[in-house]
Amino acid sequence: MYWNLFGGGDGVRMIAMQDAYRKSPGAAPLQAATFSWGNPYYTKVSLATVGGAPPDVAISHLTRAKNLANANLLAEVTDDMLSMVGLSPSDFNQKAWEEQKVNGKTYAIPLDTHPFVLFYNKDVCKKAGLLDGSGNLKPIHGKDGWEAALKAAKKVTGAYGASVATVGDTSTPWRWFQTLYSQRNGNTPWLSDGGRKLTYNKELTLDTLAWMQSLTKSGLMPPTTDYAGAETLMFTGKSAFYLEGEWEISTAEAVPGFKFGIVPIPTIYDKPAAQADSHMFVLPRMNRSEDQTKRAMGFVKFLLSQSMTWAQGGHVPAYLPIKNSAAYKKLLPQANYAQAANYAVYDAPAWYSGSGSNFEVIVGAQIGLVLQGIATPEEALDSARSQLEIYARTESPL
Amino acid sequence: MTATAEIETSAVVKRPSRYEEEAGGPRTAGMVRAGWLFLLPFLFFYVVFLIWPVIYMVITSFFNTSMVRTGFGSFAGFANYHEMLTKPEFWSALWHTIQFTIYTTPPLVILAFVFAVLANRVTHGQWFFRLAFFVPFILPSAAIALIWNFIYTPTTGLWNEFQTLLGNDAPSPVLGTPSLAMIGIAVTTLWWTIGFNFVLYLAGLQDIPRELYEAAAVDGASPWQQIRSITIPMLSRTTTLVILLQIVASLKIFDQVYLMTQGGPGISTQVLLGLVVNTAFTDYRIGAASAASVLLFIVILLITLIREVVVRAQERRAA
Repeated sequence: MYWNLFGGGDGVRMIAMQDAYRKSPGAAPLQAATFSWGNPYYTKVSLATVGGAPPDVAISHLTRAKNLANANLLAEVTDDMLSMVGLSPSDFNQKAWEEQKVNGKTYAIPLDTHPFVLFYNKDVCKKAGLLDGSGNLKPIHGKDGWEAALKAAKKVTGAYGASVATVGDTSTPWRWFQTLYSQRNGNTPWLSDGGRKLTYNKELTLDTLAWMQSLTKSGLMPPTTDYAGAETLMFTGKSAFYLEGEWEISTAEAVPGFKFGIVPIPTIYDKPAAQADSHMFVLPRMNRSEDQTKRAMGFVKFLLSQSMTWAQGGHVPAYLPIKNSAAYKKLLPQANYAQAANYAVYDAPAWYSGSGSNFEVIVGAQIGLVLQGIATPEEALDSARSQLEIYARTESPL
Repeated sequence: MTATAEIETSAVVKRPSRYEEEAGGPRTAGMVRAGWLFLLPFLFFYVVFLIWPVIYMVITSFFNTSMVRTGFGSFAGFANYHEMLTKPEFWSALWHTIQFTIYTTPPLVILAFVFAVLANRVTHGQWFFRLAFFVPFILPSAAIALIWNFIYTPTTGLWNEFQTLLGNDAPSPVLGTPSLAMIGIAVTTLWWTIGFNFVLYLAGLQDIPRELYEAAAVDGASPWQQIRSITIPMLSRTTTLVILLQIVASLKIFDQVYLMTQGGPGISTQVLLGLVVNTAFTDYRIGAASAASVLLFIVILLITLIREVVVRAQERRAA
């Protein structure tokens, strides 16, 4: 039994990987189920585990897996279990590996990292003189560099320089903010002590929000656009850049004749950083025989070995033998932004945090208002703070 | 209604019964025991799956009970209630629940009445109308949600194409627009559940003795006068029942919202039971969810009590 949450292109590739497993020698019978992602998925995994009938292996986001582990719903993955199928901790992207640990113990095996990245429309960028001789984006540095690039692009597009979703989506504004905020020296995690304390750096937060708002106020970026709208602006040449997770590569590739590239988010402040999460394999808690454990681990190992298929969907493989392979280095534009996985920033752990969580909804909604020009950074932060404080005060159910 | 009741009662009394003596005789201890025995299987499930969960809900609402930990957890006092009563999401969900009730109850009662009166006048093929109105009701909510999601699909859906036909070039997506989403769900619910009220009304209509209408017709009453002076008063008890059932059913709205909008866009259609489910099973906070459930219980209780008071007052005025 294997549960996952992949739809769209990811879903197709995951099914291909499962089929490959079924055909592989010594494969155990596989019953795979795909659910729509988000809260309902984690609710199903939790209830199935509490009810004593969980799948053998399930997919979870890293930030969510930590909560599942804290809730005692996951089996620990020991080094012995890894070596059973010839894996070791050093086979994985160390950023994701260290990040997933709960109290020093491993509960999840990373499949990939999916950072927030920068998409660019090659035709527009070429006309704006933003490409180098080989047709790749010239490096952009600092606030000035970003504003200059956007201004040059705006002249070509006649509309915007870059686009990012500001309405109807709370996760994207959060990803954009968190990326910039994490690039600054002196930034502190938004939450600490398991979510009981709000520990963001107020000065840096307000300053970052003010700059983000200045971009939409000056018309370099659209103040009001949703997820698909922001993307379409880039597809149709009304904006040169689009900010979103690398998974949108499948959508971009499906646009006929559209030439694009992807790079990590430029270092606009002091150091490179990109908001990210990872897809992880977890083994929900249940009584497993040695045999069952081996089968589950064998399945995980096999899917990891199929990471090349997975990487086509944009995700940066966490399994280093694939990520460091010559084949992956030739996979473009994926290999161009793979380094972003090394400075990935995950959402701070809390029982109400993680991808698609209450935390992202609350903070992301306020950042969206700032980008739309409806709220000042101060108002937005006050509102987010008062809503988060309710959660911070509440005893963790984990 | 009173007239019918009397006719029925007298009919029962007059009907010769083989069991008359037994039925009328004193109850023996053996019969009481047999009665309880017959009740036992139902009682068992009733206690285990209804009474106990309600008690459990009230208890856990005072604790920080977690879904993923055993036992009640630490004592929270009224903290869960305080949290819910000060949380904007709670009030917004409560308002959406009431909003849905306001949107659905009047049409579900009035239209069901109108359709029942019309169907009752049809002499040939009445079965067809009864079937047509009642069939949606036997479909599961998931099927209903799918059908209406198709109808409401932005751009290509039936409803938006219809609006385009009428000259609206960019009709707003019903389920994607905060101000329209709840109306969309209400319309879906109307189509789905009107059959139940319709059948109740139809049964009520068929209980009204024909002689009353004949007498009224002889006196020269128009059809509209007949409806106003005979049908509506004679159906008043059915109406009271339908309204109460409808209000309670509407306050318990969950499936359609969960299946059609998941409470979105944003939280603009999130209803109280949706909030309860999210709190209990996504946030693992059984205690807080129980507190919200108890509050909804109190709201339903209050509305039922208000209705009771109104009905009593009406009856007193009538008498």
